[in-house]
Amino acid sequence: MKLRYRLLVHFCLLLAAVAYLGPFLWMISTSLKKESQAVQMPPLWIPHPLELHNYVRVFNSPAFDMSLYARNTLIIALLAALGSVLSSSLVAYSLAKMQWRGRNVVFGIALASMMIPFPVLMVPLYRIFRQVGWVGTSLPLWVPAFFGVPFFIFLLRQFYLTIPKELSEAAIMDGCTHFGIWWRIMLPLTRPALAVVGLFSFMAAWNNFLGPLVYLTHQSTFTLPLALQFYQSRSGGTTYNLLMAASVIVILPILIMFFLAQKTFVRGIATTGLK
Amino acid sequence: MKQQKSRIDWRSQLMGMLFAGPYLVGLLVFLLLPLAISLYYSFCSYNMLQPPLWVGWMNYRHLLHDHVFWRSLVNTLIYAAISLPFTLSLSVLLAVLLNTPLKSQAIYRTIIFLPCLVPMVATALIWQWLFNSDVGLIDYALRGPLHLAGGVLAGLARLFGAASSTVLTLRNLQPPVWLGEPRWAMTAIILMSFWGVGQTVVIFLAGLQDIPKDLYEAAEMDGIGAVGRFFHVTLPMLSPVIFFNLIMGIIGSWQIFDVPYVMTNGGPGRSTTFYTMYLFDNAFTNLRMGPASAMAWIQLLIILFFTAIAFITAKKWVHYA
Repeated sequence: MKLRYRLLVHFCLLLAAVAYLGPFLWMISTSLKKESQAVQMPPLWIPHPLELHNYVRVFNSPAFDMSLYARNTLIIALLAALGSVLSSSLVAYSLAKMQWRGRNVVFGIALASMMIPFPVLMVPLYRIFRQVGWVGTSLPLWVPAFFGVPFFIFLLRQFYLTIPKELSEAAIMDGCTHFGIWWRIMLPLTRPALAVVGLFSFMAAWNNFLGPLVYLTHQSTFTLPLALQFYQSRSGGTTYNLLMAASVIVILPILIMFFLAQKTFVRGIATTGLK
Repeated sequence: MKQQKSRIDWRSQLMGMLFAGPYLVGLLVFLLLPLAISLYYSFCSYNMLQPPLWVGWMNYRHLLHDHVFWRSLVNTLIYAAISLPFTLSLSVLLAVLLNTPLKSQAIYRTIIFLPCLVPMVATALIWQWLFNSDVGLIDYALRGPLHLAGGVLAGLARLFGAASSTVLTLRNLQPPVWLGEPRWAMTAIILMSFWGVGQTVVIFLAGLQDIPKDLYEAAEMDGIGAVGRFFHVTLPMLSPVIFFNLIMGIIGSWQIFDVPYVMTNGGPGRSTTFYTMYLFDNAFTNLRMGPASAMAWIQLLIILFFTAIAFITAKKWVHYA
């Protein structure tokens, strides 16, 4: 390729990288500043001295129990991920590998239902969960994941379809039940796809804001995003150094997860658009 | 073969439905039942405390005369109409750049994807801080160039004999109070959406990698330049992926909530009150479940409408290999 062209591409990408990374760096920089430094003009990129104490302040703030919110969020995200993986793969197996009438209709409905966003169902779902006394608990945020998530069912079904029929037929000949095939053959074979489903649903639950805002009423049950918004509305948006420190704490676990599982992530997103 | 199919094997029918059971139950409890309840409520006056009262089309009629409803609808349409074309073009452009064979590509890809991982609430806080007037980074970055441009324009204006008030305005060109002025608050939220294109970029990138190399080679043989190859090979081959991202974008832009809720709380005035925000306000702030449910159904129909349009026009511009 021509050198001139490569240089142009490099230049554009460098510009983009600055624009996309800049807000992160600014957040980290602000989170390490004293309040007076945070509003200083011209802006200071590398604070001196580094005010690490901001993080201690956020963690020890009496109105903002960070470790509790982190635990709440983690439990919800883990349960949601577990539920999505188990239920979606079971349903996807049924839709891809088992012979029964109406399975294509069910698959069609699942596809169509992906077009119905949560806000549309917000009111009736709230009513239903209130009826069973779940409003104010985290149950509405992860129990539905155990009943199959259309998008993940769709994703896993595509994976199961690529597995040769002979494999499950041979297993049935050997006296293996469908449950056995799913558990002993399909799950191990589709581990990468299951990782994608687990990661995506973990992330969606971790980042979810509207759901917790609707269902969680007591501060002790708050998730991190909800607590972050609560913290901001309380502090009146003036103490940006602390707000940014809190934001870093909320973002960090997701970033670490991303770097640990980068390949899975990117492959997962890539497949969503193509199948 | 045909005979076998016409007779239902009850055992496998039962087993299949049993395995799909979680979703069949979920479909009923978390989708169909809520849809039915929502439809019913949309014809009721209901505040969650007293039993719902049938009022016929009243909620829908009131919405027609509710200027906040129209404002939220128009705001959402404006947002979608401006943000979607720009984010889609930007994503394609970035994907093409990221698909060029360079050694440092992995780093660039990661950097552009990172913002997608950030919870929307945190994104909103970061950008609220960046868009801060007086001490915000964007304000600071704009001050110099605006001062320079203003000086040049003022000089030109004076040269061409413009009114002195115009010259003075130009000379004092200031960055906008981003989140304090209606038009600029919307602009800020649209600009922010450019930061979160990473996921779309990755999908496009995968699409690009699926385009057969020999198409490009053939085009090059025919003497078609890089720009021509982009428009005659890349774009047509990428059109199914563009279509997919367009549909996702249409559905997504009707859900925008977190960012304006945290960053502007719908203001200033009602300039960033989006559809879902007003639905939420109706339902959980004012406890007016009737209008909220009516809004939900209108939203559903609007999404269906736009998706249908996308599907119908798709025949014209989407090329399936």
